[in-house]
Amino acid sequence: MIGGLFIYNHKGEVLISRVYRDDIGRNAVDAFRVNVIHARQQVRSPVTNIARTSFFHVKRSNIWLAAVTKQNVNATMVFEFLYKMCDVMSAYFGKISEENVKNNFVLIYELLDEILDFGYPQNSETGALKTFITQQGIKSQTKEEQSQITSQVTGQIGWRREGIKYRRNELFLDVLESVNLLMSPQGQVLSAHVSGRVVMKSYLSGMPECKFGMNDKIVIDKQGKGGSSEDGGKSGKQSIAIDDCTFHQCVRLSKFDSERSISFIPPDGDYELMRYRTTKDIILPFRVIPLVREVGRTKLEVKVVIKSNFKSSLLAQKIEVRIPTPLNTSGVQLICMKGKAKYKASENAIVWKIKRMAGMKESQISAEIELLPTNDKKKWARPPISMNFEVPFAPSGLKVRYLKVFEPKLNYSDHDVIKWVRYIGRSGIYETRC
Amino acid sequence: MTDSKYFTTTKKGEIFELKAELNSDKKEKKKEAVKKVIASMTVGKDVSALFPDVVNCMQTDNLELKKLVYLYLMNYAKSQPDMAIMAVNTFVKDCEDPNPLIRALAVRTMGCIRVDKITEYLCEPLRKCLKDEDPYVRKTAAVCVAKLHDINAQLVEDQGFLDTLKDLISDSNPMVVANAVAALSEIAESHPNSNLLDLNPQTINKLLTALNECTEWGQIFILDCLANYTPRDDRESQSICERVTPRLSHANSAVVLSAVKVLMKFMEMLPKDLDYYGTLLKKLAPPLVTLLSAEPELQYVALRNINLIVQRRPEILKHEMKVFFVKYNDPIYVKLEKLDIMIRLASQANIAQVLAELKEYATEVDVDFVRKAVRAIGRCAIKVEQSAERCVSTLLDLIQTKVNYVVQEAIVVIKDIFRKYPNKYESVIATLCENLDSLDEPEARAAMIWIVGEYAERIDNADELLESFLEGFHDESTQVQLQLLTAIVKLFLKKPTETQELVQQVLSLATQDSDNPDLRDRGYIYWRLLSTDPVAAKEVVLAEKPLISEETDLIEPTLLEELICHIGTLASVYHKPPSAFVEGSRGVQHKRLPGSAGSGESVDSPDTVSAAGVSEAPPAVIPSQGDLLGDLLNLDLTPPTTSGPPPVPSSGMQMGAMDLLGGGLDSLMGDESEPPPIPLRTDTPQSPQLSHQSPSPPDYSPTELGGDLGGSPAMGAAFGAPPAVMPASFSAPVSGGLDDLFDLGGGVGMPMGAYSPPKTIWLPAMKAKGLEISGTFARRAGVIQMEMTLTNKAMSVMTDFAIQFNRNSFGLAPAGPLQVLTPLSPNQTIEVALPLSTVGPVMKMEPLSNLQVAVKNNIDVFYFSCQYPISMLFVEDGKMERQVFLATWKDIPNDNEAQFQIKDCHLNSDAASNKLQGSNVFTIAKRTVEGQDMLYQSMKLTNGIWVLAELRVQAGNPNYTISLKCRAPEVSQCVFQSYEAILKN
Repeated sequence: MIGGLFIYNHKGEVLISRVYRDDIGRNAVDAFRVNVIHARQQVRSPVTNIARTSFFHVKRSNIWLAAVTKQNVNATMVFEFLYKMCDVMSAYFGKISEENVKNNFVLIYELLDEILDFGYPQNSETGALKTFITQQGIKSQTKEEQSQITSQVTGQIGWRREGIKYRRNELFLDVLESVNLLMSPQGQVLSAHVSGRVVMKSYLSGMPECKFGMNDKIVIDKQGKGGSSEDGGKSGKQSIAIDDCTFHQCVRLSKFDSERSISFIPPDGDYELMRYRTTKDIILPFRVIPLVREVGRTKLEVKVVIKSNFKSSLLAQKIEVRIPTPLNTSGVQLICMKGKAKYKASENAIVWKIKRMAGMKESQISAEIELLPTNDKKKWARPPISMNFEVPFAPSGLKVRYLKVFEPKLNYSDHDVIKWVRYIGRSGIYETRC
Repeated sequence: MTDSKYFTTTKKGEIFELKAELNSDKKEKKKEAVKKVIASMTVGKDVSALFPDVVNCMQTDNLELKKLVYLYLMNYAKSQPDMAIMAVNTFVKDCEDPNPLIRALAVRTMGCIRVDKITEYLCEPLRKCLKDEDPYVRKTAAVCVAKLHDINAQLVEDQGFLDTLKDLISDSNPMVVANAVAALSEIAESHPNSNLLDLNPQTINKLLTALNECTEWGQIFILDCLANYTPRDDRESQSICERVTPRLSHANSAVVLSAVKVLMKFMEMLPKDLDYYGTLLKKLAPPLVTLLSAEPELQYVALRNINLIVQRRPEILKHEMKVFFVKYNDPIYVKLEKLDIMIRLASQANIAQVLAELKEYATEVDVDFVRKAVRAIGRCAIKVEQSAERCVSTLLDLIQTKVNYVVQEAIVVIKDIFRKYPNKYESVIATLCENLDSLDEPEARAAMIWIVGEYAERIDNADELLESFLEGFHDESTQVQLQLLTAIVKLFLKKPTETQELVQQVLSLATQDSDNPDLRDRGYIYWRLLSTDPVAAKEVVLAEKPLISEETDLIEPTLLEELICHIGTLASVYHKPPSAFVEGSRGVQHKRLPGSAGSGESVDSPDTVSAAGVSEAPPAVIPSQGDLLGDLLNLDLTPPTTSGPPPVPSSGMQMGAMDLLGGGLDSLMGDESEPPPIPLRTDTPQSPQLSHQSPSPPDYSPTELGGDLGGSPAMGAAFGAPPAVMPASFSAPVSGGLDDLFDLGGGVGMPMGAYSPPKTIWLPAMKAKGLEISGTFARRAGVIQMEMTLTNKAMSVMTDFAIQFNRNSFGLAPAGPLQVLTPLSPNQTIEVALPLSTVGPVMKMEPLSNLQVAVKNNIDVFYFSCQYPISMLFVEDGKMERQVFLATWKDIPNDNEAQFQIKDCHLNSDAASNKLQGSNVFTIAKRTVEGQDMLYQSMKLTNGIWVLAELRVQAGNPNYTISLKCRAPEVSQCVFQSYEAILKN
């Protein structure tokens, strides 16, 4: 299991050092600094073995977190734990920076003591942790309060405490999707997928039982079979094929496996209910058509057309097209029909920004790039043109069908809960080769 | 609150100041001071001098302060054990606190203080906490048992904590169950033979129930533990799989991968025609793909694992090629791994797409990545025949870019393509030759030289090209030198008239001016070949080369199986068995996949069955059995060091060359017209003339000599191997060796009785108030017995005998009480046989086979120690499968090999083998080389350690040589002693 956990600043100075196992010595702290942080070349692997000791590291801004072990640990678990550790720290004190880590080192030690015992990760739900790791010391808690804490930390529903009360029962549900695309210069889709998340904010009283439904093809088809065939055919069109999905630990997986229904007792506040991935029938909100022409050895002509491909009543926002330029670019002339375009020499790219664009529209930019003559034999690699945007719909076609809330013990019903649903589609890695 | 100020105190006399503050009356000031101490500790300053002052702050109601003091204690208690004892009282008191959080904190911290005196006090509180009413305390106590076991294993056993821990598996709280499972798994790992984690259908059921309810981390502990279970039959296997599959949708990647591990393992037991088997295969793909949208570090771990899964079950991901396409901003480690998997998944169906991608990658920035991409194109050509032509043209395009490392990499792979498709793409040679000057890496130079030599007849200026390399011959790397030598000899055999001078030159460079033995040896071989029988030389050097196989870099099947059992762990990231990077006894056990219960496959050889049963057509592995054997046999084929330099005429080069060009040339030129004087037995690779005079291994395989570089990566590997291993490629012809080695089979004679040393006096009467004990050890019908003669040399009657062992290296313990039924009267002698078990506590002894015994009677307790022959620990099923033997021999690093001499032994090899078999040393194969018999033997110790041996017996020579290989090299010495004892008895 994890033998020790260290946090370093960008210089390699250790900010936090907690050793859990006897086989990890102080020299391990230095070994990582010397071999990884101070190493000249780029990190070639997130797992490093130095003198029979394995180091797992992740970086958050310029802070290094390293877990150390001498055993054959579950590597996936170690990384998941490091991410979780980051989440917990952020939940307590915001951004993970040198300043914040130093300011909260006592808290961090306390957290590390709680969520990692002899190198075994323990309950690390912030909701639960915040009930008893408060930096205030445990003041005169009553016996009931204490046992409530421990039963929550160890309990089956470790993510929610009993006795939550809201005057207004409210639910916010965001469907956040990022659409990823790799397209050939000829407009052929090389790969495309949507990775989506259903993020919720729930402010509900008691221990409500929730059921979430969406237009999952498997569910709709199943229902279609039972109902009239006409209905099945109709809804078949609107349903989407989900390649795979993963759920927050509150969702009953065995129920999903057998009935494909998503039922859960939600944590209080913010959480990510599920993640999913689709690859079929994706709506690609934009199409990028590049045209690059080399005029002699010292000039490039680039023309890029973007077409928006969704209902004209909808508006896309924060559109940005990034056109890479060769390293030996000496000057760029730009003409664009819409938005603003700039050549950014430091980033070796032309950045074209459009604030808003409606559906079914088209816009274009042309650039003349002047090049310095070089004797560099190596050809310019022509990195792909990438795009960023935000659209108010789910490119996968996912629709929320229902979100039912049952709380048998309290006197509010599903109808009393105020529910908000929002769809946001963002660009993930949205690239067109040129 | 800004705690960062504590980091900035760098004044002198700081310790002194801190001391004052720690002893301050004001609580706030105390707390501040402790914080400063912890900050100093973090940055590595030694603040151990403050120990008593900090410990004094421990008695406090402030939990935050208490935790800080505990943190300090954990760090420094070991260096100040006497002071640490001061803290015990507080701990014990805290363990009784009404607040469960404080009880848990106390027991958690106490377990982290590795001081003997404290651990003694820990037992009582721990026992209470294990039965605490609060689950939070119980789950903390469960882990604490593992901590305590790490400090003092004996104590944990004596106190019965293991049983309590086992009971916790049935606890009502899922988190307690999960922690208990984690603790038990860890403890079980250091006791390979104990039945600690007694997994049976009932416990499995409990675990599966807890799996649905516990935290994500608990699920991982439980799944990892489940993976160690072997279901009784395919139905049980299926029902467990059904209950584990829902975990594939968990948000935590570790839960997903651990579930994949369980499924991959249990799937082995499902019959392939079962519907469920197909369903399961389909269910595995999506979660694996989803892992690729996780954070890059997790992607990396996932990809390393997918690499294994794809090798084991290619069908799972065969349609998912696209997800492995490299993204422009993937970190380099993700890119490289994706590339590997792309090649593994490449097939006729998707090759066009793959090639287009690879071509893109070859223009990227990172040099390693570009190289790998170029190499991948070559591998595609070899793997998918239909794509070969396009691959070659793509490679030619890349060569045109003139980017130095791209060109070099391309040439290396084109050489392989030539090997795979002879007489198809040689038209590109001209293009390759244009780039000769730009090659500066040995591998690329060697590849180019191979091409020139191989196709010398089609390249007009081949001699010029090769000559240009010859100028700086001694500055080249060995790889290039060897290749150049071979290429020029090839050239000479093809165009003898124009290249005499060249060949003389290279032979002289190789044999006279070089101090590299491999190069010299090869030079002499060629020289002799050319001088004695150039026709034979032609047959040997220009022989047809065997085809190279399609898949490369495949992991050896036994290792792959083991790694599949370690999915998700570091072993799967490193692609190495845990024993390769974990110290100590942990992880030394080799995990195996369960045998398939499928139809038509024999159950008694699970290893080969499951290895072959992967897919319908198991891919050929390049480090094939043959090479492996070659390597193995080579160990004993190395020439005796005494043999002098070969008989070169003293006039040296000139004479030799004359000779060579005299008789040799004629027959070479006229080899069609007249038959060679000595009929050449080309069908048997052993050439009698050669074996007669050569200083090197006597038999050469023609293919090896001619085609050495040959192009296949395996050959390349042999080529690039360190010089010591080099002769391997010259070694015995593969098939012959195999036959020889396996001729013996099970034909070993009847076993004789197990060896048992004569009795010796262990406890002299002088030292034991009149009780004399002499004894020995024996293994009878699979039971280890301690046979003792007790003699009462005292004046009074002795009764109430009892015996106990100290912990020892192999966990020997009395299996029952000492059976001395009647009182032992003065001068009476009685014989007692005490059956022993090997499940007792383990502690490494020095020497390894030392056993400390305590015997009690009505008079006193007596202690003595004795040594047992390790041979009595050799179990009956210690016969290894041949294939396994070969693989294991190779797998064990050479550092673990130990060699011994057994002197004055006059048995012949068969008798020796018989004698050894009586003591469960099994002869797996026998081989005779030059009157020397080699016996390959295996034995297995009661704790599962395998020892492999190679015994060399030379007729007429009373000295045997034995080489032992074992993953635990410590035992070698003992095993050798046993050999000696058995053989000489």
